[in-house]
Amino acid sequence: MKTFQTLIGASAIALTAGIASAQSDITVAIQLEPPNLDPTGGAAQAIDSVLYSNVFEGLTRFMADGSVVAGLAESWDISEDGLTYTFNLRSGVTFHDGTLMDADDVKFSLDRARAEDSTNAQKALFAGISDVTVTDPQTVTVTLSEPNGSFLFNMAWGDAVIVAPESIADIASNPIGTGAFKFDDWVQGDRIEMSRNDAYWGAVPALESATFRFISDPTAAFAAVMAEDVDAFVGFPAPENLPQFEADPRFQVLTGNTEGETILSINNKMPPFDNVMVRKAVAHAIDRQAIIDGAMFGYGTPIGTHFAPHNPDYVDLISNSQYDPELAKKLLAEAGFADGFTTTLKLPPPSYARRGGEIIASQLREVGITAEISNLEWAQWLEEVFKAKDFGLSIVSHTEPMDIGIYANPDYYFQYDNPKFQELMETLTATTDPAGRSAILAEAQEIISLDYVNGYLFELAISTVAKAELNGLWLNQPTAAVDLTGVSWSN
Amino acid sequence: MIRYALSRLISLTLSLIVASMVIFAVIEVIPGDPASFMLGVNAREDTLAALRAEMGLDQPLHVRYVDWVWGMLRGDFGNSWTYKTPVADMIADRVWVSLPLALYALILSTLLAFPAGIYAASRRGRIGDTAVMSATQLGVAIPNFWFAMIMVLIFAINLRWFSAGGFPGWDRGFWGGMKALTLPAISLALPQAAILARVMRSSLLDMLGEDFIRTARAKGLSKRQALWRHAVRNALIPVLTIIGLQFSFLLAGGIIIEQVFFLPGLGRLIFQAISARDLIVVESVVMLLVFVVIVVNFAVDLAYAAVDPRLRTQA
Amino acid sequence: MKRGLILGAVLTLMFVAAALVSFVWTPFDIESLDIPNKLHAPNAKNILGTDHFGRDILSMIMMGARTSIAVALLAVGIGMCIGMPLGLWAAARRGAFIDEFIMRGNDLIFAFPSLVIAILITAVFGAGAVNAIIAIGIFNIPVFARLTRGAALSLWERDFILAARVSGKSSFRISYEHILPNIANLMIVQGTIQFSLGILAEAALSYIGLGAQPPTASWGRMLADAQTLVSLAPHVALMPGMAIVLMVLGLNLLGDGLRDWLDPRMRVART
Repeated sequence: MKTFQTLIGASAIALTAGIASAQSDITVAIQLEPPNLDPTGGAAQAIDSVLYSNVFEGLTRFMADGSVVAGLAESWDISEDGLTYTFNLRSGVTFHDGTLMDADDVKFSLDRARAEDSTNAQKALFAGISDVTVTDPQTVTVTLSEPNGSFLFNMAWGDAVIVAPESIADIASNPIGTGAFKFDDWVQGDRIEMSRNDAYWGAVPALESATFRFISDPTAAFAAVMAEDVDAFVGFPAPENLPQFEADPRFQVLTGNTEGETILSINNKMPPFDNVMVRKAVAHAIDRQAIIDGAMFGYGTPIGTHFAPHNPDYVDLISNSQYDPELAKKLLAEAGFADGFTTTLKLPPPSYARRGGEIIASQLREVGITAEISNLEWAQWLEEVFKAKDFGLSIVSHTEPMDIGIYANPDYYFQYDNPKFQELMETLTATTDPAGRSAILAEAQEIISLDYVNGYLFELAISTVAKAELNGLWLNQPTAAVDLTGVSWSN
Repeated sequence: MIRYALSRLISLTLSLIVASMVIFAVIEVIPGDPASFMLGVNAREDTLAALRAEMGLDQPLHVRYVDWVWGMLRGDFGNSWTYKTPVADMIADRVWVSLPLALYALILSTLLAFPAGIYAASRRGRIGDTAVMSATQLGVAIPNFWFAMIMVLIFAINLRWFSAGGFPGWDRGFWGGMKALTLPAISLALPQAAILARVMRSSLLDMLGEDFIRTARAKGLSKRQALWRHAVRNALIPVLTIIGLQFSFLLAGGIIIEQVFFLPGLGRLIFQAISARDLIVVESVVMLLVFVVIVVNFAVDLAYAAVDPRLRTQA
Repeated sequence: MKRGLILGAVLTLMFVAAALVSFVWTPFDIESLDIPNKLHAPNAKNILGTDHFGRDILSMIMMGARTSIAVALLAVGIGMCIGMPLGLWAAARRGAFIDEFIMRGNDLIFAFPSLVIAILITAVFGAGAVNAIIAIGIFNIPVFARLTRGAALSLWERDFILAARVSGKSSFRISYEHILPNIANLMIVQGTIQFSLGILAEAALSYIGLGAQPPTASWGRMLADAQTLVSLAPHVALMPGMAIVLMVLGLNLLGDGLRDWLDPRMRVART
């Protein structure tokens, strides 16, 4: 019966495809290649970009507008005390190898993620789980040790997708998920191929096959799109070329926002940055607009605190750190640095950091601060800045959604230690009503703005250049994803 | 001849052993924790420790060296830390891009250089010679990545005769692959052709002054016949050496070109592996390249000795 | 023949002069960015135009000349100061263990793909002009060692050297008093050629980001920055590229011209 249905469905699709003669394959380029294909075992965003929502799915999922909706869990009940979540799973869902998806797989995935030896990069998402029980094949009960208002949000992350014990051994090179596309091939250094999953539980995608290509070099990216080697480039790395694409009728340019707060990180425990007046001076020495124009060619939204401006809970605190080099010099003199000082500015590879860094160094020089630039690869940056905290200044974009909580961790690389803030974050976790959360978030944003913990530069924009006939590509990046399930050609 | 070959063979083996030690020593010094890089900015200490144990970073140095060498001799280059697949497979895949590219560039540069060099030598001192020499002077001075940039701008973006880069894979057709390698090969070949043309010319000019040429002329051969029948053949010897050396350079020097044209070859593999601190891949690929160069030198030495017996005494 | 020498000398001196002048004056200060004026084509105010940060390109090229010349010159210095003594030593002790050792060492360094090693060195010790000098310099050593040894070997057979040996002079003194002055011409010519190769190597390293770091100007890095702007503002890519071509051309012409002028029978190595 199932086979018959599939045949009818397949022929219907074939017929309509024939009639419409619309293109049904797509080649999408992204900058970075995933190092492996296990979104639950490694932190590389690229893994999620390729596989999230395409090959793998979680209990809940992100939509293009950032909202969290039902995924593999059709519905759920939350207990009064906020400690028990009962998920009702969809039935008839199969993995790409034919095995059924049921509560055992959910338990397996969650337990695997929170295990002692788990290599999951976001273990903190699962830390609050005290128990996972299989009630029946379609029902899973998750018990938390304390209430967590973000639990459903957390379960939508790429690190929380559902995997199966039957296919877990090879997951890094042969990912088997429940998504609308199944993985076909990975030619390392070049491309990943996937094709439509005709046995998908939900709406079958319009695309029959998809190829992801990896082009990190901005020039190569430009050339590839111009030469029509790729149909779309998500996260186009050279904003200076966007006007050219906009003027070209073959292409469309989608510029949306991400959850990436791009900041000038200041090492709060390294003198003279342990003095709030010096940090305030740095904040006033920076001209955000010049950085956005010079480094990002105008793409990006200025921010005054560590929060995404498109988020309804955002508070505009830019007035606390306006561009005022005279004030900066005055503050430095008051703090005892009338002659300025020298410090290090360590930059990771992305061009927002490299270009932004050159511009900031020049702006700091105007007020007497000499910032010595070191251009580092990611591995070195992690080693020197993130682990060893051996830096004065750095520039990086924090792309995890709703991550203002990092300011409550005194060991986090910029080493901000404010007990009042830490208490505030604990209160936030325990608060589940939206009004209460908004108020707490507003207070949090103000504290870190007035404490000048970091230089808040801009919210990273994401630009997608695509052929004009493509529909359904995400405008924004509420999470790292290139969700092709809703993409189709209109030709 | 046998003795010469044997002595060169011993020399080759020694070089390989020392090279492997040097490579291993240098790479072990590189700072940077691969575990941190792989797991990213938010990873926890316990997950890092788990990954480090999995990668064998806690073994003593000499154990790791011996394991490595023994593995390579058996064809096992270990597993890449970033991709979690056997390095030997990755190298095998990429070699089929870098090797054809190097050969293609070599053929192009030879096809350009030989006629140019011979022509210049035959027209020595006259306009033809000056023209060729000026062109080669320019060719030698142009950085190949800049040349590549300009070619992409003209032939890929504006004229759209070629794709801007990327490699479709040999399984999609031989000519498709060759087309993708054309602009890169030309970028690599041009400066090499310039150098080769100059060497060809000066080598020929030396030959033309030699006694045996004068004898041939005295015997009644025309200048042209002397040139072709004797001079060119003998002039090939230093030229062959240069070609042999250039091949190694082309294989390794393609790093930048592979980046510009986003070709999945050995050069880009090294670059990415170094950025990712994937030490196993870096060690193996560098060792492979060194091996190729040493072996090619050995082969050229033997060929040289086979042709010119005088060289066999200079062990 | 002479025309090449003169043209080469003029080009080389032009860049050397630009580099020296840049210590006291450049048309604009390249450390102050002027973003609203970015990407202007060449005009009356900025003779070669401005780059993506509004910096004057002529000033950048003058400062870049400084970087390229310093790196290439010091790299040649390393090659000569270490390679020549090694070559002289090997020639003086021809056939002995030290000769073998030096020649094998040379072959070993020649066997390594130089760009990969340069990338490794800068990855270990950090990117920057100093490490670029070391990375390029290391590969100059075997060139000079091999050349010196070859030239010295043929000199050792000559009568005036035999006379010196008979008179009791040590090999060391012979090497430095008699052999060295006679190979000086060869060294100068080879030095010029290695200098031009050094300029190209520095450009390549800077292009992939491993040479001199900002705010120090560097031709290679200017090219890398210009890549995505080539179709928008071609002058940003053309100017530094032309600078490299002209400088290298000048040095090559100078080297060839010197060789022809000093001793037409000289053979120089070109790796």
